[in-house]
Amino acid sequence: MAGHATTPQEGLRVDHHFENADQQYQSAKLGMWVFLATEILFFGGLFVAYSVYRANHPEVFVFGHHFLDKNLGALNTVILICSSLTAAWAVRAAQLKQIRILKLMLSLTLLCAFGFLGVKGVEYHTKWKHGLLWAGSYHPHLDHDEPTTEIISDQDLLVGGTEVEAEVVSEEQGVGDAELVESQVASEGGVAGASTESSPDRSNIAPAAEGPAGLAPPGGGAETGHEINIEPANAQIYFSIYFLMTGLHGIHVIGGIGAFLWLLVCTRRGDFDSGHFTRVDMVALYWHLVDLIWIYLFLLLYLVD
Amino acid sequence: MNQHVSTEVHVSSVKQLVVVWIGLMFGTWLTVTASNIDLGSLNIWIGLAIATGKALLVGLYFMHLRWDKPFNAFVFAVAFLLLFLFIGFTLMDSAHYQVNVIPGYSPGMGG
Repeated sequence: MAGHATTPQEGLRVDHHFENADQQYQSAKLGMWVFLATEILFFGGLFVAYSVYRANHPEVFVFGHHFLDKNLGALNTVILICSSLTAAWAVRAAQLKQIRILKLMLSLTLLCAFGFLGVKGVEYHTKWKHGLLWAGSYHPHLDHDEPTTEIISDQDLLVGGTEVEAEVVSEEQGVGDAELVESQVASEGGVAGASTESSPDRSNIAPAAEGPAGLAPPGGGAETGHEINIEPANAQIYFSIYFLMTGLHGIHVIGGIGAFLWLLVCTRRGDFDSGHFTRVDMVALYWHLVDLIWIYLFLLLYLVD
Repeated sequence: MNQHVSTEVHVSSVKQLVVVWIGLMFGTWLTVTASNIDLGSLNIWIGLAIATGKALLVGLYFMHLRWDKPFNAFVFAVAFLLLFLFIGFTLMDSAHYQVNVIPGYSPGMGG
């Protein structure tokens, strides 16, 4: 452990409204912490939305999170944690005037940030392809793709259920409620039911009947466990919250990329040659907050169970 | 008027940064592993506890709060306190009234 190793901030230009360099540095830091506090509250509104909807409609979250790739989420968590390490290391390098290490660490942080956005892009693309979007844009049309097979294998009822379901559907085109009953009867045809029911060429009758607010008696819906893959009412709520939370976070990542690019320019210009590291410190604080928020987002959105 | 005054600050050692990083990686592994064990409603609280442990590591070491002026940590803690109140009071309200707004619409709230 480092204990209390210290270094002087040499060559620091003190603005006229500050007593000394220490006060200037501490003021910048306090300002940054106040900003981070407002950031917490900025995200707070979405965390409240999440809490209320999850408390009221837990089945929606259990259903929705099956369409997220836990591995990609974990990968992004690891990427962000690594970028936090390099950002903290960059601060150390700036403090010790190790300019080459500073450049390396800033570049590595940027690389991680772009990697994070890349993985996020892959995830968004998959959801876009399957129509798993926010609110009114939620029109799921699942191919027999990775999320589908994943869920079916969850239930260990692979081929049989799917085939039976397909036949039932082709015979009974457009009969909403009957179809629902069939889907439950047909050896718990899980996802096959969910996917075909809501495809555009099918009945326009909303799947509300199977939901807790619908005609089905309470307790007959998602609570029986084996019907977990049948789409609950208002499944779009999950995806609205998912896109808002990860989207706002993604915008912060993009902002961080801008800030780190600026730091690289400053480094190249020689601004940190004198050990004046305040800027690096502030940007790193912001970046750690972005990491910190993702730690919670990963848990709350990907690991619902 | 430009003065050149020195100010003392904490510098983290590489070893310390790497140890914290390993702790965070372990925390991530633990979160994923714990989520695969079905403990019912306990899962979310275990997950939140691990996440908060990770957040503390980030805050105390990467963000230097451990060596910072306590007032900075206070500002940050107040933000979390307000968030806690915000979520807590909204949930309390939701639990009392939501079930009566549309009967059967809030299964999670016992309605």
